[in-house]
Parts: sequence; structure tokens; C-alpha cells
Amino acid sequence: MFPFRIPIKDWISAAVDYLVSELGTVFDGFSAFIFFLVNNLKDGMLFLHPLILIAIIAFLTYKMAGWQIALFSVAGLLLTENIGMWVPFVETLSLVLTAEILVMIVGLPLGIYAARSNKFNTFIRPILDFMQTMPAFVYLIPAVMFFGLGLVPGVVATFVFALPPLIRLTNLGIRQVPKELTEAADAFGATNLQKLFKVQIPVAKPTIMAGVNQSIMLGLSMVVIAAMIGAGGLGTNVLRGIQRLQVGEGFEAGLVVVILAIILDRLTAGLGQRKKVKQE
Amino acid sequence: MKEKIVVRNLYKVFGRQPGKALKALSEGKSKADILREYNQVVGVNNVTFTVYEREIFVLMGLSGSGKSTLERLLNRLHEPTSGEIIIEGTDITKLSKKELREFRRNHFCGMVFQNFAILPHRTVLENVEFGLELKGIARQERRERAMKVIEQVGLTGNEDSYPSELSGGMQQRVGLARGLLADASILLMDEAFSALDPLIRRQMQDELLELQDKMQKTIVFVTHDLDEAFRLGDRIAIMKDGRIEQVGAAEEIISTPASDYVRAFVEDMNRVAILTAGSIMEPVRDTAFPGDGPRTILRKIRKNNLTGILLADTKRKLKGYIRAEELVSHINKHREMEKIPLIPELIHQPSVVHNDLPLNEVINTYNNTEFGPVAVVDDNDRLQGVIVKGAIIGALAENADGGSAVENGREDKETN
Repeated sequence: MFPFRIPIKDWISAAVDYLVSELGTVFDGFSAFIFFLVNNLKDGMLFLHPLILIAIIAFLTYKMAGWQIALFSVAGLLLTENIGMWVPFVETLSLVLTAEILVMIVGLPLGIYAARSNKFNTFIRPILDFMQTMPAFVYLIPAVMFFGLGLVPGVVATFVFALPPLIRLTNLGIRQVPKELTEAADAFGATNLQKLFKVQIPVAKPTIMAGVNQSIMLGLSMVVIAAMIGAGGLGTNVLRGIQRLQVGEGFEAGLVVVILAIILDRLTAGLGQRKKVKQE
Repeated sequence: MKEKIVVRNLYKVFGRQPGKALKALSEGKSKADILREYNQVVGVNNVTFTVYEREIFVLMGLSGSGKSTLERLLNRLHEPTSGEIIIEGTDITKLSKKELREFRRNHFCGMVFQNFAILPHRTVLENVEFGLELKGIARQERRERAMKVIEQVGLTGNEDSYPSELSGGMQQRVGLARGLLADASILLMDEAFSALDPLIRRQMQDELLELQDKMQKTIVFVTHDLDEAFRLGDRIAIMKDGRIEQVGAAEEIISTPASDYVRAFVEDMNRVAILTAGSIMEPVRDTAFPGDGPRTILRKIRKNNLTGILLADTKRKLKGYIRAEELVSHINKHREMEKIPLIPELIHQPSVVHNDLPLNEVINTYNNTEFGPVAVVDDNDRLQGVIVKGAIIGALAENADGGSAVENGREDKETN
């Protein structure tokens, strides 16, 4: 039908090639930094006896989400240890946490800025749409090209995939702060920073925490996919189950992912609602 | 009285080409025309007024009349399109962002809002001390001062509660306390009591007046409720389509409405509660002086077609009342005398009211008066005028079908 073909794939490949060859050292440095983060987190957690880590998680869930979830955590984690999934569990946890820390470092300021500037908001919205609808597997390709195989591209792919909901919900939360509250702050002569930290962020906190929760959940789903590029963790076991048609092993790994998901979900959901419960 | 806020030729146009709208306004086009032709909304249209120190100045109008916009122009929450806003000698339209922030901290006690606008994540105490916290005042000091104000507004014991634990009236007390605590003299209140139910609203109005007696702030109060405006306002500005139709005290607005719009507006008002003796009195046609002889006095009575006359000295100090029939029989009895003396028996004690007395109390005095008019005096007991039968009936008649409308008006909640 057309006498020519628009060479999108050539452009993208050329751009990625250019970046890899020109900015190689930057990517290497970044890679080393992320590797350092994930590895230390993982080693730190593996250094502790599983029971100690279980106790810490139980304490946190008890504080944030109540004794039922704490009980569930203890049971689920003991099961994980029992079926020999402890090490992949810790690997996955440290991968998700590292990605989430990066998401928060980047996502919160961007979300706040998007709430304050309509221009930036209209600029970033299609990008976020794009990031969220692009099939997750596609992120793996540039991640591998920039960072090689292994943990780091896994973290990066997870980061990219988990970033949009936090930006969106931070933006939304701050925009939803009642106009009269910001007017009140202005009327009292608040500076922009005072308004942000004393009014907007605290009032938007439940919505922002919902964003954190969403991005952790998305990150967790990406972690399994990231096993395809050697990120390790529970995803590897799932992947192996698929490749070797070992339903049992795949199911066990999947079960541990679910346990981890429930614990992380309740923990972060509890964070957003803590104040509300106190108020009622 | 000292001028606190002076507003001159203030305009506010919402839209992208305010210049065009201003030009159209000066050519005499209406707000509706400008909206249709230029897609610009005229919020405030050439407003000029003065607020004096320590008064409660009410901006009164229906939805869309521009009253809230005007209030937000006073501290530049909205940027004026053109005009001057001079507050204690400073034209705030010329201040930079930073100067404005400083000015707001030092001259405005923030604002009190219809929906309270208190911070849901802070306790009552933390909310009240918000203004001082922004100023960087030490925790200990602001805590002590906040506790005092919390006591004044009747929230003692609730200082550690969260807003969601409080009723609407209590939440608005928090909003009020937050404003009163600030070290500043101007308090802006935007429909502050409109979201409260009628009984609580009434109570809050009384408390505001009581607090105002002690605190002596300058308050600019926005409301759509005429009853509230007349209860609270020392002076009231009635707004329509972004313009001020009339500024004045309640009686002034009721007795001499400046336009048909204002007249239609205040027709619903409960006159009995608002009118005072001074506003319905009629001028005294003539008085007798203590030096006048009975014949002179009778001549004055006959000339003015009266049944009696008030006796006052040259400083208009009221001395008594003389009835025509008694005077006539006294003169007849002493017909042969060249110069008839004015005997004390002829001089009666007249009914007297102060010119500030509300009409409903004037009616009581009037009903208990056996004869003669009710004299109206000022603070120095000087005769100001008289109240005759016709005046009270006239004032009441104008209010004859207003009562129920006022009740309905009270239930109206503004939607914007």
C-alpha cells in the first residue's frame, strides 16, 4: 500500500545504540550504584536469621495493619522458609524495595511538580499513558542493552513500570486538596514551601500512599517478568516451572509471590490510613 | 473614625483579555454582554468604598454578585485587574509577592471560610496555632496563646481533638480562633456561618459580636443572608453584578434604598427588629419655650393643628408636655389677667425614648402612653423628633407581608 515504510524500529535502535556507545560510562556508574543498593539490602536481610526477619516483619505489620495480618505474615513466611523459598523470597523483596525507593525518589517530586504546573502536567500525562500501556516485556529490551543481564536491568525495568501510578496519584492527591485549605494558608501568609509541607502533602497523604501501594504492586508483578533477563528471585522459579512444565514448583513460587504481595499491600495501605483510624 | 481599608475603582475580570473587557465596561456594556461578546467574566466592576477601623463591614449579595471575589481581592487571593486597595496607607496592589506575604502576616488574621477550611490532619490546638507557626513563633509561646483563644471561643477540653470529631459549629469555632489568634487587625470572613444550621448560626453571630467587643478587629464579613448582614454589620454594602448598589447602616438602607434593586431586596426584611426610634421619628413641628406665656403656646398649638406641644429649652433639652385642652381651660379661667402664668400643673411628663431603641420596644412605650406623642432624644437628652401614630403603622404596613419571606430566606443556602 505504501511505497515506503516509516523506520521507527531503525530510529529507536539507532537512538539506543547511540546512547549505549556515548553514555556507556554513565550507565555503568548507575548500574554499579543500583547493584550496590540491591546487593547490600539482600545480603543484609540474608545475614539475619529468617526467624529474626520474620519477627521484624510481624512487628511492622502488627503496628501498621493489625494482628490478623501479622499472624498471616508469620504463617506465610514460615511456609516460605519451609518449602525452601527463603532466598528467592529475600532476593525478590530487596529488588522490589530498591525499585520502590527509586520510584519514590523520582516520582514524588515529579508528581508534586505536575500538580503545581499545568504545563508540565499536560506534558507528562501522555508519557505516563505510554509507559503504562506499553507491554511490560518491551522494557526488558532497552534495560538489557543499557545494563546487560542480571539484577540491575530487572530493577530498572521494574522502576519504569512502577513509576507512573505514583506520579499520577501524587498529582491527583495534591490537586484534590480543597481550594479553601490552600487559600487559608495563603491568607495567613504561608510561603510556597510551608503550604506544600504543612498543608498540601499532609492532606494528600492518603492518596499519595495509595500511589505507593499501587506502584509496589505493579513492581511485584514486573519482578516475575524481570526473571526472564536474569534478575533472579521468585520469578526464576516460576520461569523454570514454565520451561520444564513443573507445575508444582511454579505454583509454590507463585504462592510465595502472593504472600509477599499481601504483606506489602497491607503494610502500605495501613500507612495511608493510620491517621484516619485514629480520627474515628 | 480612622480609615482602615480604602478601595478605589477596583475591577476584577476573569479571562484572558481583561483589557478588552475593561474597555467595554467603560463604554457602558453590561456584564452579560461582555460575557457573550468576549467570553470574559466581570467579577468586580468599579467598586469604591471605605472600611473604618474596628467596624464590622458586611458585603452582602446573592450568588454571583461578586461579594466573595471582592473579599478575596482585599488580600489579593485574587489579583485585581485594575484599581487601588489601600490598607493602612499601603497600596497592596503594588506589593511584590514577598512583600505581600509579609503584609498578609502582619495585617490580616487569615480568613474564615464557609467550609471551615481547617486542616484535617491537625488537632484543634495545632490548627489554631497555624498562623503563629507560619511566622516562626516558638512552640511554647504559641501554645500558651492558642490555649487562651481556645478558651475564648469555648473550645476548652477539645484542644486535642481532630476536626472530624467536632460538629460544624465547633469546627467553625476552630476557624474563628485561628483567625483571632493572629497578631493582626483585619479579619476576613467568607460566608463563615452559612453552612451552619439556623440556631447554631444565630448563636455564633452573637458570640462573634461579643468577641468583637473584646478583640476590636476590623472585620469584613461576606454573606448572602440579609438577616445576618443586618445583625452583624455596622455598615453594609449591597452588591449586584459586581457593583456596590448601596453602602450604609441597616436603617439607612431600609429607610432610603438607593435603587429599586435594594428596595426589592430589603422589602423582605423584618423591619420591627431593625428599625429604631430614630429612623421612624418625624421632625418636631414646633416646641414651646419655658419663657412662653400660655397664649403664645396656644397659638403655636393651633397654628400646627396639634393636640398638645412639647416644652423644651433653647438647648432643645426636653422639659415637659402641655395638652391643648388643659391649656384652653386654664386660659379661660384667667381670661381677665393681662399676663397669665404658666403653672406647673399644666406641664406633664412626656413619654421619652432614646433614638437607638428598636421599633418593637418603641411600640411598647407608645402603647403605654396615655396622651401626646413619644418624644425621641439623643445621648445628651436633646429632643430629636417625635413618634406619632402614623409613623409606626406606616413602618409596620410596609413589612406586612415580609415576615414569612424572611423565614424562607434564612433557609437558603448559597450554592456557589
